[in-house]
Amino acid sequence: MAIEPGQAVDLSGAMVLAPATPADWLVVGPVAIPIVTGAILLMVRHETRLHAGLAVAGLLAALLCNIGLLARVLDQGPLVMTMGRWLPPFGISFAADALGASLALVATLVAVVCALFATADIGAVGRRYGFYPFMMLMMAGVSGSFLTGDIFNLYVWFEVFLISSFGLLVLGSQHKQLDGATKYAILNLVGTTLFLTATALLYGTFGTLNMADIARKADGLRENAPLTTLAVLYLLAFGMKAAAFPVNFWLPASYHTPRIVTAALFGGVLTKVGVYALLRTLVMLFPPELELLSGLIAWVAAATMVIGIMGALAQTDLRRVLGFVVISGVGVMLAGLALGTSEGLTGTIFYAFHSMIVMTALYLLAGVMNGLGGSYSLSKLSGLYTSNPLVAAFALLLMLAVAGLPPASGLWPKVMLVRASLDSGQPWLAFAILATGFLTTLALGRVFILAVWRPRVAADPEAPASPYLGYVALAALSLPVVVMGLYPDPVISVAERAANAILDAPAYIGTVFPEEAAQ
Amino acid sequence: METILAATVAVFFAVSIYLMLSKHIIRILLGVSIFSNAVNLTIFTAGRVVREVPPIIPEGLDIPDRVTANPLPQALILTAIVISFSIFAFLLVLAFRAYQELGTDDTDGMRVAEPEGEDLPPLGY
Repeated sequence: MAIEPGQAVDLSGAMVLAPATPADWLVVGPVAIPIVTGAILLMVRHETRLHAGLAVAGLLAALLCNIGLLARVLDQGPLVMTMGRWLPPFGISFAADALGASLALVATLVAVVCALFATADIGAVGRRYGFYPFMMLMMAGVSGSFLTGDIFNLYVWFEVFLISSFGLLVLGSQHKQLDGATKYAILNLVGTTLFLTATALLYGTFGTLNMADIARKADGLRENAPLTTLAVLYLLAFGMKAAAFPVNFWLPASYHTPRIVTAALFGGVLTKVGVYALLRTLVMLFPPELELLSGLIAWVAAATMVIGIMGALAQTDLRRVLGFVVISGVGVMLAGLALGTSEGLTGTIFYAFHSMIVMTALYLLAGVMNGLGGSYSLSKLSGLYTSNPLVAAFALLLMLAVAGLPPASGLWPKVMLVRASLDSGQPWLAFAILATGFLTTLALGRVFILAVWRPRVAADPEAPASPYLGYVALAALSLPVVVMGLYPDPVISVAERAANAILDAPAYIGTVFPEEAAQ
Repeated sequence: METILAATVAVFFAVSIYLMLSKHIIRILLGVSIFSNAVNLTIFTAGRVVREVPPIIPEGLDIPDRVTANPLPQALILTAIVISFSIFAFLLVLAFRAYQELGTDDTDGMRVAEPEGEDLPPLGY
């Protein structure tokens, strides 16, 4: 097809020619705003006074953008934006559906609170070593993972938040941080490299990396292609990221070592990215393979939740208790994935929202308790009820929430998951969820009794840290916990929309490839 | 050609897994490095190995006039190399610092974060 020099070429078959709309900015904003803020923070590295304000402002802007994005997605369906104008599947698409947009919103909300809390927790030295830039880049990676529509791009975002999390983890360079970070870094790198292996094989099979394109081609290839192998590799890789038993040992080795606000951010956000990636690949791309693997995933889920919480029962360090509680929560989320039904997935997604907020709040609570009681150890921490009744109130609420008791938010997702397990004829999975709830009540009830109710056993710390900023952060996170517990309908409907968004692959394909939906 | 490459990839994976099963951080790191190269070779092989011209459209044409090589695997590998190299550099420094501070590169001896024989929480008060 020869063309004369200077002749106009019709590019509309290959490129987006319309100018970018405000909706495009909405999709890319939750990623772009943290990256830009992170870059600005690096430029003003020496002006540590400015860091906190800039970071909070950037995260608030990202939060607003996320709220706009979720409102728009709930109102008008998934939103697709294509990078560099090349039409999908050649350009990299960002595709925000109800699942990605809602998780990105909750993650950013948690990050705003952590950034606020860090203003007191991270001193000038920590800022100088780049706490806030790392945090912003990590949030960019997390939001990018939730919003991208391209599986190789998902890998890149995984690495973006992974390398930033290394930076956050070693900040301070204590001995145990170096120890924890070595294990965290190596095992997580192996996990993401496995993800890349799966993606390489997937590219060889499908010849495409766009998730919508993969979903629409999967049915035609299922006869001959080893799709089950791919699904198993993704299960292993993302199971490692999500800290599912038996590939969860990096988490209790590292999550108690960094600054408490870093631990709060990690415990709240990072494992849920693994769960999200499992939902996205297994439910949307490989549903028949998920059915094949559901028995295995159900056992993994039950083992993760029960063994996780038994680990929590054996710990003395409050932060290590919480690390095991994070693992146990991942098990509960995997139960919904094993069921694969709309109700089970709704429970999983609701639990993910709940777990992000509650785990962050619990780590921050541990930080406040340490500031007041001078220790994280359950044999020393005591007497907080008499000295700080407000801390006791927050502790009670958050522990009820994570155990799944009313009036807090943990109740409803567990109810949904138990009912979904009974409906699909797996009463033992329902039993595992309930037993985990019971053991969580025991583990955290003991924390409450020892740290809060017990009369003071050790001398008061000489200069207890001022808890007021901690109160603000805990109040900001407890409010959604109570609201989701007392009035769960809106959250359930969002989670249901999110579950149906991944169950209904044709609708997703139709938004990425509108011309096909029109035919 | 694919067969030879696939066999090479298999050897790479086997060597890397063997090294990563070691107790010593430095051997694990060598394993990780070979692991990421095994994956890069996998991408290269999965992208189909063909003897074709580079995908450059001659002047005056709208589309290439013959079958060209697939540039995408190389873009993917380049991205993966950049990422894995930078993380590997970080890991090397981290492992060296850990060796300096903890005095060992044996993972059995690295028990600072999770000390052995920790007390159980109090049973009552």
